[in-house]
Amino acid sequence: MARRLAGFLVLLLVVSICEAAFLFQPISDSHRSAALELFTPDHGSFKSLEETYEALRTFQILGIEKKPDLTATACRSISETVGSSSSTAKDLFYALKANSIAECKIDKKASKGIISRLNASVSGASSLLDFYYSVGGLVLIKDQSSEADVHLADAEGVFRSVKAFSQSDGRWRYSSNNPESSAFAAGIALETLAGIVSLASSEIDQSLISTLKNDIIKLFDSIEKYDDGALYFDDKLVDGHEYQGPLSTTSSVLRGLTAFAAVTAENLNLPGDKMLGLAKFFLGICVPGDAKDFFNQIDSLACLESNRVSIPLILSFPSTVLSLTRKDSLKVGVSTVLGSEVPSLTVKLVGAFSSGSKDASLVESQELNFDKASGLYILNGLPKSIDVGSYTFVFEVVLHEPEHEEVYFMGSQTKVPISVTGLIKVENSEIAVLDSDLGSIESQKKLDLAGKNAISLSANHLQKLRLSFQLTTPHGRSFKPHQAFLKLRHESKVEHIFVVGNSGKQFEIVLNFLGLVEKFFYLSGKYDMELTIGDAAMENSLLVAIGHIELDLPEAPEKAPRPPPQPVDPYSRYGPKAEITHIFRAPEKRPPQELSLAFLGLTILPLLGFLIGLLRLGVNLKNFPTKPVPATFAVLFHVGIGAVLLLYVFFWVKLDLFQTLKLLGFLGVFLVFVGHRILSHLAAASAKLKSA
Amino acid sequence: MGRTLSTKEDAGALFHSLRSAYAATPVNLKIIDLYVGFAIFTALIQVVYMAMVGSFPFNSFLSGVLSCVGTAVLAVCLRIQVNKENKEFKDLPPERAFADFVLCNLVLHLVIMNFLG
Repeated sequence: MARRLAGFLVLLLVVSICEAAFLFQPISDSHRSAALELFTPDHGSFKSLEETYEALRTFQILGIEKKPDLTATACRSISETVGSSSSTAKDLFYALKANSIAECKIDKKASKGIISRLNASVSGASSLLDFYYSVGGLVLIKDQSSEADVHLADAEGVFRSVKAFSQSDGRWRYSSNNPESSAFAAGIALETLAGIVSLASSEIDQSLISTLKNDIIKLFDSIEKYDDGALYFDDKLVDGHEYQGPLSTTSSVLRGLTAFAAVTAENLNLPGDKMLGLAKFFLGICVPGDAKDFFNQIDSLACLESNRVSIPLILSFPSTVLSLTRKDSLKVGVSTVLGSEVPSLTVKLVGAFSSGSKDASLVESQELNFDKASGLYILNGLPKSIDVGSYTFVFEVVLHEPEHEEVYFMGSQTKVPISVTGLIKVENSEIAVLDSDLGSIESQKKLDLAGKNAISLSANHLQKLRLSFQLTTPHGRSFKPHQAFLKLRHESKVEHIFVVGNSGKQFEIVLNFLGLVEKFFYLSGKYDMELTIGDAAMENSLLVAIGHIELDLPEAPEKAPRPPPQPVDPYSRYGPKAEITHIFRAPEKRPPQELSLAFLGLTILPLLGFLIGLLRLGVNLKNFPTKPVPATFAVLFHVGIGAVLLLYVFFWVKLDLFQTLKLLGFLGVFLVFVGHRILSHLAAASAKLKSA
Repeated sequence: MGRTLSTKEDAGALFHSLRSAYAATPVNLKIIDLYVGFAIFTALIQVVYMAMVGSFPFNSFLSGVLSCVGTAVLAVCLRIQVNKENKEFKDLPPERAFADFVLCNLVLHLVIMNFLG
């Protein structure tokens, strides 16, 4: 876990270093440590022989020591695959590939078996991949076993059958059924054809090889380009399964190309800048994060390192930022893509141009000195014409031996952006308050912009403020920095920023307060002054507080714009807000309790009056039925009415309407029944009385 | 007759005749009249109270007053129906009118109680 983290940090560091476009670093130790991180086997062995081969090959190219336990497990799986009769051509192919690095012994019987199986596979092959694995396997076993007699019976026939998959645009199909073609398949086909040529017992017809050369040229017509000069191959994304991605495709084509170039004596007529472009593509990836991508990159760079077409050479720069103060010298390294040595050559600085200007070169063409100790070419001392700023340096590499020009390719001219930094002298800085009309100086103070300042000035709106200073480069030229600002900040945190203009070396700004009154929002008071001078090429950029000025501005008229609200402390935005007190409606004034009780008593009075009146009228209960049945009904009738009234009282006090209605339903039915009985009885009684 | 009666004497005479006529009404009608008087009186007291303290729980005031007024109205209806001299309701037995009176009163008071709040 800690190792993984360390490896990840290494990758991160390398990726951050590798961001410079136009600058390609050859393979270095960062790659080696990344390789060790990426190619870690699970429990000692990799998932497949293909991965084992990729790991072994990467370690071999990078010069990492072979781990004995890794080799042992590799050998075990190789012998297992080789001995098993159910291994396919693909398994045998990768087993033999891994074995070419692991160098385990395969016994004679096993190798004989392999050869016969692969031969059968070749004759029975129908798709490009079948041919690839079987022919590739045969090539490998030829090198590894003691059997001298490994060759293809009908090499030309096999050649033609593989060639049949080719297309007119230089791409190859995978099989006769599948119409889709790709550059990746082209690379595989070229490797296979190279293998066929090397295994052929007799010479293959030269016309076939010439047509193949034309196919390669056509394939290179479809090469794609990045802005920094990198060249690569990419297939159209048709089917997700088959799509390999530019890295895999380009490395497959490169492998095929270099394999084919190795077996033919003919010149492929491929311009060297194509190989340089491919080298830029692979180096531009820096350190890939995936094991397969890493293998593709390293394997392709190994192909570029030693191939028969042309070997690209790279210029590398330990640092592209030079400091005049430290008296840095420009150092250049020349190497192959894997960082190996190159034959003797000269590196010339052909020109230096200021960025963004098309003027003539600032330096003359000169050679760099070779330093044996570091292996770098050094330009001792930058010429006086190179001052602080950013430039484009143009280099040219010339090989000493003319025959090396056939083998190596350097590119015509390499343009590199170089930054030169230095200390800028800030001199003659002073600040003054001037009277507007006459231009006479009211107060003037000298500033020390390198140190502390606590100038205190005062001015009113009729005066002007003038700040001036001089900037000079180390070589005495005028310098215009990216940033030259004067900031005035009011006590209420309202800020105003002004750009300091220049003419040559002299920088000056004049603030005429009469015209600035409205811009300052009519705010009088103390303004802090701050000066900023900054540039990427300036080693002593400064942000210095000059002091403060008391400004007396007139009163703001009514329609004057208010100053914008200043940003509040960001944390207060998330702090607690002001508490909201909900204002409830004031409760109604209630009458005093005694008054209410008095009137309650008064309301009872009429009832009493009613009862007394009833008594005075001589009310009696003579008509109350005496017989028991009617009497019960009469009683129940009155009880029922009383019950309903009691229910109403409960309704007011406690119950809700639904409960009341429910109970009322029961009581009502009862009351109606009882009432009907008694009243009909009474009616019958009075009718009898009337008739009687 | 040359004797001119003054207004005051007229009013007094009118009042006396009304009183004697009223004395002739049956007792049950007098009970009903007393009941109506009681209901109206209660309503008046409630209005006076409202006039004094303001109508804040207006629904309560309304239900109180309307209860009194409603029951008075129902009692008046009962009196009309029960009065033997009323030819219109000759065939209606008084018990039936009383049953209606009771039922209507109960419904009125249910509504009043709901509105009382």
